Amino acid sequence: MTASTDNWEEVQATSREALGPAIVEYIDECHQDPAPAGKLIAVLHRVQAEYGYLGAAHLDAVAQLLRVPAAKVAGVASFYHFFRLEPRGKHVINVCMGTACYVKGADQIAARLISELGITFGETSSDGMFSLEAARCLGTCGLAPIVMVDDDVHAQVTPDQVPIILDKYLRQATAET
Amino acid sequence: MNADVAKQFEVLQARAEKVRAEQDRDHKIVIQVGSATCENAAGARDVLDEFRKHLAASGRDDIVLHQTGCTGRCSREPIVGVFVPGRMPIKYQQVDRAAVHEIFTSHVLGGRPLLDRVLDGPVEKVSRHEILYCASQRCGWDERTACGVAMEKKLRERGISPDEVSVSRTTCFGACGTKEVGKVSHLLVRPDKVLYRVADEADLDEIIQRHVIEGKVVDRLKVPGKTVGRKFFEIYGDVAFFNRQSRVVLRHNGVIDPTSIEEYFHYRGFQALATVLGRGDPQWVISEVTAAKLRGRGGGGYPTGRKWAMGAAAKDKTRYLICNADEGDPGAFMDRSMLESDPLNVLEGMIIGAYAIGAHQGYVYVRAEYPLAIERIDNAIRLCREYGLLGKNILGSGFDFDLEIRLGAGAFVCGEETSLIHSIEGERGQPAIRPPYPTERGLWGKPTVINNVESFANVTAIVNYGAEWFARLGTEESGGTKVFALAGRVRHTGLVEVPMGTTLAEVVSEIGGGAVGGKGIKAVQTGGPAGGCIPAAWLETPVDFDTLAKAGSIMGSGGMIVLDETDCMVDIAQYFMAFSQDESCGKCTPCREGTKRMLEILNRVTGGRGTMEDLDRLRRLALLVKKSSLCGLGRAAPNPVLSTLEHYRDEYLAHVVDRRCPSKKCKALVHYEINAEKCIGCTACARNCPVECISGTRKSPHVIDQARCIKCGRCFEVCRFDAVTRT
Repeated sequence: MTASTDNWEEVQATSREALGPAIVEYIDECHQDPAPAGKLIAVLHRVQAEYGYLGAAHLDAVAQLLRVPAAKVAGVASFYHFFRLEPRGKHVINVCMGTACYVKGADQIAARLISELGITFGETSSDGMFSLEAARCLGTCGLAPIVMVDDDVHAQVTPDQVPIILDKYLRQATAET
Repeated sequence: MNADVAKQFEVLQARAEKVRAEQDRDHKIVIQVGSATCENAAGARDVLDEFRKHLAASGRDDIVLHQTGCTGRCSREPIVGVFVPGRMPIKYQQVDRAAVHEIFTSHVLGGRPLLDRVLDGPVEKVSRHEILYCASQRCGWDERTACGVAMEKKLRERGISPDEVSVSRTTCFGACGTKEVGKVSHLLVRPDKVLYRVADEADLDEIIQRHVIEGKVVDRLKVPGKTVGRKFFEIYGDVAFFNRQSRVVLRHNGVIDPTSIEEYFHYRGFQALATVLGRGDPQWVISEVTAAKLRGRGGGGYPTGRKWAMGAAAKDKTRYLICNADEGDPGAFMDRSMLESDPLNVLEGMIIGAYAIGAHQGYVYVRAEYPLAIERIDNAIRLCREYGLLGKNILGSGFDFDLEIRLGAGAFVCGEETSLIHSIEGERGQPAIRPPYPTERGLWGKPTVINNVESFANVTAIVNYGAEWFARLGTEESGGTKVFALAGRVRHTGLVEVPMGTTLAEVVSEIGGGAVGGKGIKAVQTGGPAGGCIPAAWLETPVDFDTLAKAGSIMGSGGMIVLDETDCMVDIAQYFMAFSQDESCGKCTPCREGTKRMLEILNRVTGGRGTMEDLDRLRRLALLVKKSSLCGLGRAAPNPVLSTLEHYRDEYLAHVVDRRCPSKKCKALVHYEINAEKCIGCTACARNCPVECISGTRKSPHVIDQARCIKCGRCFEVCRFDAVTRT
């Protein structure tokens, strides 16, 4: 890789540190591809998988190492819903708002979650335990309505089950400490 | 014919068969557990784990566990099959850890099936034999004289009871060639897995005498080879939800292990590819796909053969092939199921497509929200490379092709082909003006053919079973079947594959079992946010690209949501508009601004603040957005509004003129009150009210403070004395 700025060594070192060796290695692999910039979304996926969100330092580092303008990286990261620019809580609650779930009362479940947690969609509870998000469609319409907590799918949820589900994760957290 | 290809294919087939033979599954008891996103969500992982423990504890080596994808019988998952050689295959529904123990001890070890847990049961008795007959009338065979009815009559006349031999109808086995169409029919005898071709009553008599009574196979009438969907019917043919379907694309779902290339080989895997490469004529592939009348299953309905011909005719020799697996329509999960349950079939279709258009690099663009599908496709690509079915010189034909997975990142607009291309290029997924179409200038400016998962999944069936058969399955304009994701207020939710031209009533009422709770079906929503609502009165509409468009909706990718009397059509329109508005990429003004303003109007209507002028404005705006948007997202976004305005104008008027919501769904227009005469003062409502706006003392009538009521409806739900009224 050739120097693009006069403090390139320094920029490169900071960027490598921000992303960690696994992602840096992946970006190096991307440069073997005829169109490395085409791998931008794939790189962002890896960063999010590793850190849970895409912070400003991550985006800048990706721009430097993949050699894509920072404006474009920020543009792409903010365009796609899947990418998060803020850190999230310990557990991410995804309420499916797909048609089947909506028809079967997902809005009531969402309302219950909002009142139980005291946060709305896109927010994280003050104790850092839960982030609440609305999912487009998780593709498990036959079991609607669906609430996904991290990778656990809770099927055919009723509003009354909401506190029970939350409690399970809270108790888990207490047990761990 | 290229003899090298045939030879190499045979070598690979033999290699796969050897692995399969070592497992020696045909002589063992097979316990089959489904495994796909929804099966796992319902607890299939626990079930598999529990079976493993039981199996290990039993120490038996004549029992094997077999993992498959999903059959698409969502509301009954997890589904477990127990197949004892020579016995009727038994499937169990909604199995949990406790049920595993019962199934294992009673059925697997003790030989006594649990009849009360049987899929779509309970059943009273498992018959010794079951005869499934083809009741498909598309080929001109008349059901009145159909073999099944006559068969049943003959059996009973000879004193053979239904307990011994039951008879059920099913659909096309795909066993008719050109000559036989309309002249013969077919019977499948379970559990012996024998398919017979019958022409007259004498044939039926012979089968009863020789097979049913004497237990010998009538070789004269036996149909050799593996016909389409046969294995599926052998396992699931007794279930009403399945036997009214035609399983072509989904023929391996719930039959094969999606992670095993050896099993895929066993079910005619890669035979279509070997045929195509053996012939060595890309033009032949295109003409077959064209003759099959395959139309794009992503929703557009563009003839696949024509698209491939354009790709093949492009001047530039560097061409790309893309599989669009960015299944973003809320309420649609067909593609996920295909990728999770039979990924190799999709890949084989892609390799054939790439050969037809002359592409050497392909991409599978799949939603990041589908982790299991990504894992299975990734595994399938690895297996194909290992077997030399991807890479250089595939099957010794000199043809090179390789595949790469690209992940979406949650942008609905990326289902649109030009946006998808931008996304693969690492850009924001925004559409471009067409023409030029991607077949001329697509990915990195090169000719690119993009097809949906289901379109590719149909290709192997066309090559293996014939374009003519495929075309005959559907309508005049459109061949084959369509897979629908049936959900919403319908009794049986899941995947339904039916021939093009099947009526909505057949799908929703017969296969889907009608609405839940005996309520009337109000409408069927097809095509997701780009589609519309078809009123119940139009349920006799045959399902096809053109007929649904005439009914004011679209076929779309296959989401089908059933709505009943409790659903408010204005609310549904608002729901979809909120979706489209949020997903609008913002590039063109009509879509960006139009969806926003339409949503504002709809919010006013559902909020009880709408005016008659609003309705006119809504319609005019919808037509404008439809006409002037840049891409399909904007052009289709007004459809839910337009179709509900047309079919359910009275509901809009009720909201605007009478300020009421007939379905009692729109909160602003609903009013809760406690009837003092009926209220006995049990305090249930007060205890459940989330905002504590219900007051009253024990054993005396309660009152709702209307100013504080948030209209959540909890009091209405919990009152056991009908004292809470909703108006």
